[in-house]
Amino acid sequence: MIKIEKRNDVPMALYFFTPFIAIILTILGGGIIFYILGFNPIEALKFYFITPISNLYGLSELLLKATPLCLIAIGLSFCFKSNNWNIGAEGQLTFGAIVGGGVALLFYNQEGFYILPLVILAGAIGGMIFALIPAILKTYFNTNEILVSLMLVYVSKLLLDYLVVGPWSNPEGFNFPETRQFSDSSRMPLLFEGLRIHAGIFLALAAVMLSWFILYKTYLGFQIKVSGLSLKTAKYAGFKGKTMILVVFMISGACAGLAGVGEITGPIGQLHRMISPDYGFTAIIVAFLGRLNPFGIIFASLVVALTYLGAETAQIFLQIPKYTGQVFQGMILFFLLASDYLLFFKVKILNLKKNELRH
Amino acid sequence: MSLDISFIGILIGSIMASSVPLILAASGELITERSGVLNLGVEGMMIIGAISGFALMVITDNLFIAIVGSMFSGVIISLIFGFLTQSLLTNHVATGLALTIFGIGLSAMLGKNFVGIPGKEFPILFSSLRESIPFFGPILFGHSIVLYFAFALPFLTNYFLKKTKLGLVVRAVGDSPVSASNQGINVIIVRYCCILYGGAMCGLAGAYLSLIYTPQWIENMTAGRGWIALALVVFATWSPIKVLIGALIFGGITILQLHMQAIGFRIPVQFLSALPYLMTIIVLVVISRDSRKIKLNTPTSLGRIFYKEK
Repeated sequence: MIKIEKRNDVPMALYFFTPFIAIILTILGGGIIFYILGFNPIEALKFYFITPISNLYGLSELLLKATPLCLIAIGLSFCFKSNNWNIGAEGQLTFGAIVGGGVALLFYNQEGFYILPLVILAGAIGGMIFALIPAILKTYFNTNEILVSLMLVYVSKLLLDYLVVGPWSNPEGFNFPETRQFSDSSRMPLLFEGLRIHAGIFLALAAVMLSWFILYKTYLGFQIKVSGLSLKTAKYAGFKGKTMILVVFMISGACAGLAGVGEITGPIGQLHRMISPDYGFTAIIVAFLGRLNPFGIIFASLVVALTYLGAETAQIFLQIPKYTGQVFQGMILFFLLASDYLLFFKVKILNLKKNELRH
Repeated sequence: MSLDISFIGILIGSIMASSVPLILAASGELITERSGVLNLGVEGMMIIGAISGFALMVITDNLFIAIVGSMFSGVIISLIFGFLTQSLLTNHVATGLALTIFGIGLSAMLGKNFVGIPGKEFPILFSSLRESIPFFGPILFGHSIVLYFAFALPFLTNYFLKKTKLGLVVRAVGDSPVSASNQGINVIIVRYCCILYGGAMCGLAGAYLSLIYTPQWIENMTAGRGWIALALVVFATWSPIKVLIGALIFGGITILQLHMQAIGFRIPVQFLSALPYLMTIIVLVVISRDSRKIKLNTPTSLGRIFYKEK
């Protein structure tokens, strides 16, 4: 017989262990799906999770994809910790890339050390402004931030589409939907010759350190955590709820904007329609898998980046559609949420015979 | 292009057709939300409905099986959401998002071999009346049975919620699960049923797209309609009749945008495409400002986890 009891408090070790259970279950689930689709599951999983990172180029690609995921998830952790459901990071990423890209295009035929910092700053501010829209509507008009931030994703993507087709399209580009190439001064410096990994990774690492400091060492971080645990307590403590909502959205938007600018000044080098394979949405999974903890998020961003990379490799070698990446990402979150049950409830397996003897 | 009376009739007819998936999905989600469950997986359930409907049509060559199968697949996929949120008490928002991401990925995977296959013509009713009556013909006749069902659904939903005992049970569970539970209602079972019903309607909405509206399978063909449907429920302040009105407005913008493009209207098409999303935000702001208005029909326990100590 199985007996389920509610736990009084969450065991911390288990709290950080269940993400690993979720990852293992996802791999098993993926194997089953590959088997159903008629592939050898062991071979498919090998192409998915081992082949992509078995050489230097692959590792560089992994870090390249983990960088925006990590940045966005760090920003989202501020929102989620304080119970603000910003799910429009993809829009903030896009708008940040538009603003940063606009600045880069102003300097398309110039060189100078000051250009890249300006572009990066513009991207962060762009993301911040775009995130302020749902935040202001939530604080002053009581509007649901989930729907507003999400609707703005589509608005920003359409704006980008308009710009690259219309006013910002490359005059020498034969009507392709893309802008001019940015000048070298607007590009992130590459870390190694021949690999795509760029200096943007330091932005992500700086964001990790800074967020750890803010969340665990400052009064603001304390406010954020208390508001997340209990809004009533936060009110009694006299925290300025409205200011805090604005601040967490601004942090989150700035991080997403940085991620966007990192993509266009890093591997892409111009603006076009497809600047992000839904990093803004996938980062939500990263934030959860990393338990909203800055260092957990580093680990989670690597795992989720591997699902992107694995999907590409599996498509090349086995002709499995690359959308399997999203299937894996969805499964990780399903299993993670499901295994959280173990955090709040104790599952006891009782020996039926002994019980009967006692009666 | 002349704006004569018969053209306006055809225009209204096409607006109705484009609002059908929104009506179906939003009506389903409305029942789910009225029971206190917020399922953000509408887009995922719709796209699964779209591919399974289309795949079944290709495999069985039977449209009835395709339609029923799409609803069934919506039920199956929403069962994942139900099990997680109701039995394992997971967060509604995160689970719904996972469902959407999973659904979009799974549909593209399943649909790999169905890209480029032409769809089958779906039977339309009263097609002779459509041609013979000016203005009203294209509005009232010559549609698929799913469209007629969709336009009846908000009224049926309204009747169900306001006049039937079961509807009362659903509302009670959404407004106060604790008192409903004390009255002997099994809150979890009621919520499961509402989630599965929502899944069925979203599946049907998806199948309408892939079998009737644009009869083919294209990856990601729901194109954000699921999110608009979610917004519609809030837009309508959880009232089924207003869902119908809202869906017609959104459908109208979609169609208008196509025609303005055709006329060569000077506003860039991207701005017109952005209109439904901006409209949703504006409406959300307007209705949310007045907290009394929004509280009138809002399920009080929306998105909150219910747990009963055994």
